[in-house]
Amino acid sequence: MLEIKNLHVRIGDKPILKGINLEVKAGEVHAIMGPNGSGKSTLSHILAGREGYEVTEGSISYQGRDLLAMPAEQRAREGVFLAFQYPVEIPGVSNIYLLKAALNAMRRHRGLNELDAMDFIAMIKDKVKLVDMDEQFLYRAVNQGFSGGEKKRNEILQMAVLEPSLCILDETDSGLDIDALKCVSEGVNRLRDPKRSFILVTHYQRLLDYIKPDFVHVLAQGRIVRSGDAGLALELEKHGYGWIDRELTGN
Amino acid sequence: MSATAKTLEKMMAQDYKPGFVTEMESDTLPPGLSEQVIRTISARKQEPEWLLAWRLDAYRHWLTLEEPHWPYLNYPPIDYNAISYYSAPKSGNAPKSLDEVDPKLLETYSKLGIPLYEQKKLAGVAVDAVFDSVSVATTFKDKLAAAGVIFCSLSEAVREHPDLVRQYLGQVVPAADNFFAALNAAVFTDGSFVYIPRGVRCPMELSTYFRINAAKTGQFERTLIIAEDNSHVSYLEGCSAPMRDENQLHAAVVELIALEGAEIKYSTVQNWYPGDEEGRGGIYNFVTKRGECRGARSRISWTQVETGSAITWKYPSCILRGDDSAGEFYSVALTNHRQQADTGTKMIHIGRNTRSTIISKGISAGRAQNTYRGLVKVLKSAENARNYTQCDSLLIGDRCGAHTFPYIEVKQPTAQVEHEATTSRISEDQLFFCRQRGLSGEDAVSMIVNGFCKDVFKELPMEFAVEAQALLGISLEGSVG
Repeated sequence: MLEIKNLHVRIGDKPILKGINLEVKAGEVHAIMGPNGSGKSTLSHILAGREGYEVTEGSISYQGRDLLAMPAEQRAREGVFLAFQYPVEIPGVSNIYLLKAALNAMRRHRGLNELDAMDFIAMIKDKVKLVDMDEQFLYRAVNQGFSGGEKKRNEILQMAVLEPSLCILDETDSGLDIDALKCVSEGVNRLRDPKRSFILVTHYQRLLDYIKPDFVHVLAQGRIVRSGDAGLALELEKHGYGWIDRELTGN
Repeated sequence: MSATAKTLEKMMAQDYKPGFVTEMESDTLPPGLSEQVIRTISARKQEPEWLLAWRLDAYRHWLTLEEPHWPYLNYPPIDYNAISYYSAPKSGNAPKSLDEVDPKLLETYSKLGIPLYEQKKLAGVAVDAVFDSVSVATTFKDKLAAAGVIFCSLSEAVREHPDLVRQYLGQVVPAADNFFAALNAAVFTDGSFVYIPRGVRCPMELSTYFRINAAKTGQFERTLIIAEDNSHVSYLEGCSAPMRDENQLHAAVVELIALEGAEIKYSTVQNWYPGDEEGRGGIYNFVTKRGECRGARSRISWTQVETGSAITWKYPSCILRGDDSAGEFYSVALTNHRQQADTGTKMIHIGRNTRSTIISKGISAGRAQNTYRGLVKVLKSAENARNYTQCDSLLIGDRCGAHTFPYIEVKQPTAQVEHEATTSRISEDQLFFCRQRGLSGEDAVSMIVNGFCKDVFKELPMEFAVEAQALLGISLEGSVG
């Protein structure tokens, strides 16, 4: 599915990622954990194709193709989905309009017929239930006046509609109370599929109480310094990130 | 350059689709303005003596006026003697029915998406088609006449309904009102006339499509709409012009009169040629539009979508004279490349319990300058007057400008006047979010801009809301990267 090799990234003169190696196979769930400023969000953005970063070394292969050569919208149409840490508001544009436009952009790309309004509404009703949202949500402007939890659930709804192959969740758990966290996690769990992979970027272990990862990687100072199974996350929870920093600086 | 600016630029480097010229023989007066020219225009139109006298008075007054320089607009001086003030297609000598209209004209309008044959897709909308200085066709006249509605060109109204025209012409926008209104009164050629009798709800949307075709001519149309007691009418105007390197002048006047309990809804989709990327060519659009809510409980609503013209100067206004009358102004003004717009409204509260609403959405891209200028005036007599104003500006790229000049004058202590204003920018975050969901940069900008304008679009008649959205997308092309 995804193979990151020796990835070096900088913003301006500042190196952020300093040699990331990561392989994600179909159906796997990988958690990327790390302290603030370790480069977690940069990694999500680089995968999704955000501009403003410079890749100085290394490669990313997605389904056997050079991901870095594709513009953001093409990556999306090829099945790369980023659930944003801070979902933006788009005043005056209804959720349902955005979802339909996005889905039809994907369908066109794949040579499928665009869904008309009737088919789309029939489809979306099921998806709304998946994230336990009221249908009224669909007719509100994208994220405008949404609570933090509603915004994140909305991201999961978009994911459910677009059915991507690679889902990247960037700190989806931040700012969520426990009920919203459960709801979002359940939504993700229902979307788990042998053909679909997940990268969960998170600061805290608590998300992993609800979404069980196959692998956990610890990112610090731009490198993956530890990899392991779900047990690694529990260790981090117990000891914090301090011990990694101490280890890295040799203290 | 940022991703946003690049996408925007690509989107905006785009064709002006109505920019073609119809080749046809025309009867065009040589350039220049004098009493003789006005006499000639009046004679061609076989006008009565009183109208010629009115024109000449306006002309003499105009000679004493100076072009206004207070707007936030920058353009070289206009040579009023280099303009031809009358041009008419030769073939179209007052056709009695559509079958007599020159096929070239019919083809022009159908190319513009305005089919004049009545059974076509805009069934339910009656159209008056004005080509340069004359009206070439008005559809659905019989059906309207059955309801007692008069919908015809102003020239025809002068001939057929002289008393009505004489009673109302220049009442709301007097000949001496301002520089451009005086010029219009002196040389106006054609335009639409609408009369809705007492208690009648006009059975269909009325629409006028203005087309400038001939080179080096100005268009000076004049529209007059009268709604008698408890009547209702919805009227829409559209316009376009060929692409030319020189500027062309359009100085129109629109007067609306709503009597007791009457309602006039006036919508404009303005798509005059805006000039090219470097600001060459384009229409200079200096327009005076004003409505008077003369009767109690009357209502006038202006909705405008302004995407065209190199220069736009217009302030569709409401004089709220009748008690409990209401005025509304909903505006989307989009400027791109080197376009400049100074537009807004005036709400003059005279009667008691008068209400006005102003929603203005300005979008500026490229190197354009977009100004909202509005006046809310509450006179001593206007007890309990209320106004709500919302002015939002959206900037696309970092070389354009948005400006807001709200003037508020309140002489009545019970009045409530609210003004809200915002300025925003299409953010990189919004664009990246949309692209991450698979939309192209262009579709994303178009969607965001349409969302920004939603409060205004919902005021447009359904058929035209779709057209306006499409137009906005086209006008924005080349503005994103």
